[in-house]
Amino acid sequence: MRRNQVAVVGAAETTELGVIPNMSQIQLHADAALNAIADAGLKLSDIDGFATAVETPQQMAHYLGITPTWVDGTSVGGCSFMLHVRHAAAAIEAGLCKTVLITHAESGKSMIGKQPRFTAPDSLNGQFEAPFGVYGPPSMFPIPVLRFMKTHGITHEQLAMVAVVQREWAAKNPRATMKDPITVADVLNSRMIAYPFRLLQCCLVTDGGGALILTSADRAKDFPNKPVYILGTGESVETPMVSQMKTFDSSRAFKVAGPLAFKEAGITHKDVDHLMIYDAFAHLPLYGLGDLGFMPHEETGKFIADGNTRPGGKLPLNTNGGGLSYMHSGMYGMYALQESVRQMRGIAPAQVPNAKISVCHGVGGMFAASGTIIFTNEK
Amino acid sequence: MAEPARAKPKPTPETQHFWDGTKAGELRLQRCDACANVYFPPRPFCPSCASRKVSVFKASGKGKLYSYVINHRPAAPGFTPPYAIAVVELDEGPRMMSNIIDCPQTPEALELDMPLEVAFEALDDKITLPLFRPAKG
Repeated sequence: MRRNQVAVVGAAETTELGVIPNMSQIQLHADAALNAIADAGLKLSDIDGFATAVETPQQMAHYLGITPTWVDGTSVGGCSFMLHVRHAAAAIEAGLCKTVLITHAESGKSMIGKQPRFTAPDSLNGQFEAPFGVYGPPSMFPIPVLRFMKTHGITHEQLAMVAVVQREWAAKNPRATMKDPITVADVLNSRMIAYPFRLLQCCLVTDGGGALILTSADRAKDFPNKPVYILGTGESVETPMVSQMKTFDSSRAFKVAGPLAFKEAGITHKDVDHLMIYDAFAHLPLYGLGDLGFMPHEETGKFIADGNTRPGGKLPLNTNGGGLSYMHSGMYGMYALQESVRQMRGIAPAQVPNAKISVCHGVGGMFAASGTIIFTNEK
Repeated sequence: MAEPARAKPKPTPETQHFWDGTKAGELRLQRCDACANVYFPPRPFCPSCASRKVSVFKASGKGKLYSYVINHRPAAPGFTPPYAIAVVELDEGPRMMSNIIDCPQTPEALELDMPLEVAFEALDDKITLPLFRPAKG
C-alpha cells in the first residue's frame, strides 16, 4: 500500500468509559459511531464503507441506518480494528468506497446485550486446551511468560514495572479507570490471578467503545480536525491455541505484522516518537518491543524498568495508561488506535511534545493475531 | 447435585485416532510420510508440506515442561485452585497442553525443563485425558 494516501478524519470513544450499566453493547457501538461522525462533521449517510468485529457488520449497519457498499467483518480478537484500518485503507485506495466507519464496543463489565463466549467441545481448543482448565484470558494469555522470562532473563520485578510505568501515564489521564500511583511492591503483593501474574499485571474489565472514520488523503484536508495519515500497515495470524505457538520466546504474528508496517512506512525505529503496544497483560509490551525490532528481547525488561517508556522517557509507550490502567472492554485495540490518533492530533491528555510518528501495535486472542498501524501527522 | 465436571473433549473424524489412543493407554502422534514432520494437533495432512500421506504412531510419552501458569482465579469447572496449566514439549517435537499430576502445584516444584512422562486419566468410558507426571528415574 502507498504511504499517506488515506487518513483518519474522525475519531471518538464512547461518551462514558468504565461501568456503563445503562447501555447495551450495540448502543455502545452507536454512541461511539455518533461521536466519531460528529467529530468528522459528517452525516451517517456519508458513510459508504463499514467495518466492525464481534457484532456483525449487518447488525451494526442496520442499527445505525447505514447502507454500505464495502463491509469488513474481520474478527480476530482485540486487534481486529488494526486490520480494519489496513483493509479500509486498501479499499479506499482501490476506489471501493470513499468514507469508512469502523466501530468497536463491548459491554465487557456490565454484560448487557453481549453474547457469551463459548468453546465448542469438538473444536480444537475444546479438545486440546479446555479440558486442562483454561478458563478465560487470565488463565491462557500468561502461559508463555515463564518460558519467555527464562529464555530472555526477564525478572518478576521488571514485569511488575510495566504496570507501575503505565499507571504513571494513567495518572495524567482524566478518563483513566485507575489513576493512583503504584509501586513494584504493590504489584508483587496484589492478589495472585495466574502465577506468575497478579491482579495489577492483568487488564481491567470495563465497558466502552470507540469509532474511527477514514477517507482519502486528498479529501482529508476538508475536515474539521487535523488529518492523521496512514503511513504503514501490517497484519498476520498464527494460531487460536496458545499452546501451539511456534515458540513462547516471541510471537510469530507480531514478527510478521510489525516489520511489514515498518517496511511499508519506510521508517526506522529511531523515527518513532510514540508507541502503543496492546497490553492485555504485562508481558505484551516486552514481546512487542522485541518482536517489532526495537531491541533484542533480552533488553526489553531492563528498558522498561529503567524508565525509558515512562513520561519524559525516550520512547513513550502506552500513554493513555493502557489496558492495565486506562480501560479494557475485552478488545482493546480500538483504544490504542484512539490514543495514537489523539497523539498525532496533538490533543492527548499526556501529549508527547512534537510527536510526528506513532506506531500502534495490537494483539488478538492469546497471540492468535496481530495488526500494526503506523500513523503520521505530516504528509 | 453433582460437582461441575471439567470440560470434556468431543472427538471429530480427524481426531478420533488420538482419543482412541489415550483410551488404549497410548499417546498417538502423526508423522508425514513425505517430509517426516511430526505434528499435533491431529489432521489428515502435513501442515508443513501439505502431503496427505501421513501415519499415526505411538509416541514415547516422554517430554519436558515447556511453560505453565498456576491458575488461582477464576477456576474452570471441575478444578480446585491453585492448579497448574502446563505446556509439555514432547520428545518427538510437538507441544501439547496438559496438567501435571503427582507434583505440588507450586513454582518451586514445577521447574521449567523438568522431565515428564504421560499418565492417562479416564473421564468416562469414552474419553481419557493425557496428563503428565514428573518422570521417574
